Amino acid sequence: MDRKEAVPVRYEAVIGLEVHAQMLTDTKIFCGCSTTFGSDPNTQTCPVCIGMPGVLPVLNSRALEFAVRTGLATNCSISSYSRFARKNYFYPDLPKGYQISQFEHPICEHGFIDIDVDGQSKRIGITRIHMEEDAGKNIHDGAGSYSLVDLNRTGVPLMEIVSEPDLRGPKEASEYMKKLRAILRYLGVCDGNMEQGSLRCDANVSVRPAGQKEFGTRAEIKNINSFRFVEKAIEYEIKRQIRIVSGGGKVIQETRLWDSGTGITESMRSKEEAHDYRYFPEPDLVPIIPEDSWIEGIRSSLPELPDQKISRFVSEMGLPKYDASLIAEERQLADWFEEAVRAGGQPKSVSNWIMGDLMRFLNEDNRSVSECPVKPGQLADMLKLVDMGTISGKIAKTVFEEMYRTGKAPDTIVKEKGLVQISDSSEIEKAIDDILSKSPNEVERFRGGDEKLLGFFVGQVMKTMKGKANPQLLNDILKKKLAAVD
Amino acid sequence: MELFRLGIHELNEMLSRGEVTSSEITESVLGRIDAVEDRIRAYVTVTKDNAREMSKSADKAISSGNRDPLAGIPLAIKDNMCTRGIKTTCSSRMLKDFVPPYESTVTSKLLQSGYVLSGKTNLDEFAMGSSTENSAFHTTRNPWDIDRIPGGSSGGSAAAVAADECIAALGSDTGGSIRQPAALCGVVGLKPTYGRVSRYGLVAFASSLDQIGPITKNVRDSAILLNIISGKDVKDSTSAPIEAPDFTSVLGHEIKGLRIGVPREYFIEGMDKEVDLAVKTAINNLESLGAIPVEVSLPHTGYAVATYYVLATSEASSNLARYDGVKYGFRAVGKDLLDMYMKTRAEGFGPEVKRRIMLGAYTLSSGYYDAYYKKAQQVRTLIKGDFDKAFKKADVIVTPTSPTPAFKLGEKTDDPLQMYLADIFTISVNLAGVPGISVPCGFTSSGLPVGLQIIGRHFDEQTILKAAYAYEQSSQWTGRRPSL
Repeated sequence: MDRKEAVPVRYEAVIGLEVHAQMLTDTKIFCGCSTTFGSDPNTQTCPVCIGMPGVLPVLNSRALEFAVRTGLATNCSISSYSRFARKNYFYPDLPKGYQISQFEHPICEHGFIDIDVDGQSKRIGITRIHMEEDAGKNIHDGAGSYSLVDLNRTGVPLMEIVSEPDLRGPKEASEYMKKLRAILRYLGVCDGNMEQGSLRCDANVSVRPAGQKEFGTRAEIKNINSFRFVEKAIEYEIKRQIRIVSGGGKVIQETRLWDSGTGITESMRSKEEAHDYRYFPEPDLVPIIPEDSWIEGIRSSLPELPDQKISRFVSEMGLPKYDASLIAEERQLADWFEEAVRAGGQPKSVSNWIMGDLMRFLNEDNRSVSECPVKPGQLADMLKLVDMGTISGKIAKTVFEEMYRTGKAPDTIVKEKGLVQISDSSEIEKAIDDILSKSPNEVERFRGGDEKLLGFFVGQVMKTMKGKANPQLLNDILKKKLAAVD
Repeated sequence: MELFRLGIHELNEMLSRGEVTSSEITESVLGRIDAVEDRIRAYVTVTKDNAREMSKSADKAISSGNRDPLAGIPLAIKDNMCTRGIKTTCSSRMLKDFVPPYESTVTSKLLQSGYVLSGKTNLDEFAMGSSTENSAFHTTRNPWDIDRIPGGSSGGSAAAVAADECIAALGSDTGGSIRQPAALCGVVGLKPTYGRVSRYGLVAFASSLDQIGPITKNVRDSAILLNIISGKDVKDSTSAPIEAPDFTSVLGHEIKGLRIGVPREYFIEGMDKEVDLAVKTAINNLESLGAIPVEVSLPHTGYAVATYYVLATSEASSNLARYDGVKYGFRAVGKDLLDMYMKTRAEGFGPEVKRRIMLGAYTLSSGYYDAYYKKAQQVRTLIKGDFDKAFKKADVIVTPTSPTPAFKLGEKTDDPLQMYLADIFTISVNLAGVPGISVPCGFTSSGLPVGLQIIGRHFDEQTILKAAYAYEQSSQWTGRRPSL
């Protein structure tokens, strides 16, 4: 039986992401209008951003600075010559009939960021970062005969961050997005809110037999409008393509829309229907030729970035990598953590509390860490009370919750609520005696070898003492008593 | 005295001396418009009420000491510069009723200096043309012969100045649109260096070539107007951060030793003999004033028209995309969005505009971009290089402004290529971005004006103004007016 067994082909996904990040500038990219989100339709507009005849764009230097900042933070080189270009197409939300974007000469190129894949670091290339203006919004009112156009968002500055096709699976894609989002938020250039559309992501997905060098035909997935859909949409698309290819079919090059309701991607337009955008250099704007000293000024003003923070938390504070990565994801959270440590909190204890109750409460209330009622110093103070034995770890949970609800200092809460731990052995002894005498059967069984009942006794004693007994003391005395034969 | 016959400078002196009021001047000009406009049709909109109001406030300002050179002077503005609250049509059906909510930078500057707006002048639709016959509304006539075109695209402004329907005017020049009609109407027209005057509020035709400039009765008035309108504008990134000198300061300086370059490529076969003679006589005239003619070469001249029509139409195809019926201007009813777009643009634009949009969309499309747009950009660089080289040998370059005098209405409307060649001597100047002025240099035997073009180095309008002024003072052409 020498016949070769038909080995099922394994497929590998190849993914590249195009991320659109709305920049956090106060004003639009080519005019002085406000970028405030959620205003009444068409109130944040002027002749320039609604494309009146005769108007001209003027570049917001802050937007340029933000793009350069992002480029430097993602290890890009900053172009010594950069230009805007016009991307021409007709759509009601695009008042000029073209979008001012960049094409041949983007502001940043050839960068990378490192992501964590199963504990291993993997480098993902950044092809380019370019600046462009956002479009407005069409509102289809259901009436059928007309649509409304809101141009408030028109001209809000965007960065398009294009990755190399270096990602190999949905998980890597979402890790990349997470990392990128963390960097953008650290830099203060984008709030990273996918649900509100200030961070958007299109995915170029293809599959190929494992080991093959050439890329397969790719589909572009648009409308991934929430963080949790990054993985789902890509996962769906990979499965779809594998199904086609393994069935002997061919993937066609097209743009597909992710439908979060049904959880599938659907064809939007084929390659043949793709627009010819007729890009050409924007004659209304002069080329950008940044000075080295200006770039270096921005470089030196960059904040410590997530990767640097993580390694410092691990090496200097002894945090496990897992804790460090989680805490460093948000700059505010990392700052909160460091402040608590500076106030005397032991790093691992602080981290435990952050990853436990703190995050749980904040998530429940949908609050950000900057809105947290508990101040870092208060957590440190509470941890001191635990260390000194004033309160038990269990009581600390009550104290923490109270701090969160009221914002009061831990010692105030302990005093007000009478939560001071009882370390008076005679008092504990009394309570133990009381319980043991009430539970002769359980005592019998324990002595007969059912040692699991220890927990039962601890629980009963704690209950009568309202949880305030020093747990160590309680344990010691209880064990002694149970061991003794009356 | 017929006040409407006078220029800016004279009227300013009379106003300063209190010999006349702006209201009197304005009434004189409005009266002149009443008398001749139905024959000339230079205006799209005559802003009579506005003009009267503006002249009243100008008189107040003048009596309280305003000596600004433009205070109280009625000027006509080409109808592609936005004037807040006043229709700005670009002579297009598309913008027939468009009232801008903002003021262009140039007219803001004029307002600050207290000018009086007499009205908005006719043009080839969106400034695309050389005869003003492409206006969607009506054709403007040449005041020297009303069976002939006034040139274009600023034909309305040039005709208004020549017919004394305003004291001076602003035009815009993308490939000759100030200089050519100025030449054909026997007045002075100046296209400044690209970047000298803000384009903010000028409805774009071809952004990298468009430039606003004065059309006036004499050279001094051009210098005065240029003084007011030039300078860096934060609203126009392509306006140059170069301080503008006082352009009147060099007028009257002698031109002894000035090297005037005569490009051999501009004196070609097939050129109108009378134009050729007038220009050569003018060059002799300049020589007698002490200037030194030198032969120069602009070897890529032959490619200029083709280069221009690729670049200008490419930019235009994009600039005119905003006229889609969605936000303002003309909208046709369609059965869906695409149908509305197509009908709006089919009905809203005239044939020449559509021709250029199609040409430009084609030259930018993928697969053709390199062969047309990119190649044309490269040739543009070569043309610039030609001028740089020529300006090493010469301080100014002189050429005819137009190869022929004003042609008959309808003579070239069926032959776009023939029409495009009307700008053959002016187009290179826009491609190179240098300044050029057209100054009257004689008349044909049938009484049609001929223009001399004087081209200068980048941002050296002073030298061409100096030369033009010297020529004007030594010649007998300026001040001649058509009998109407």
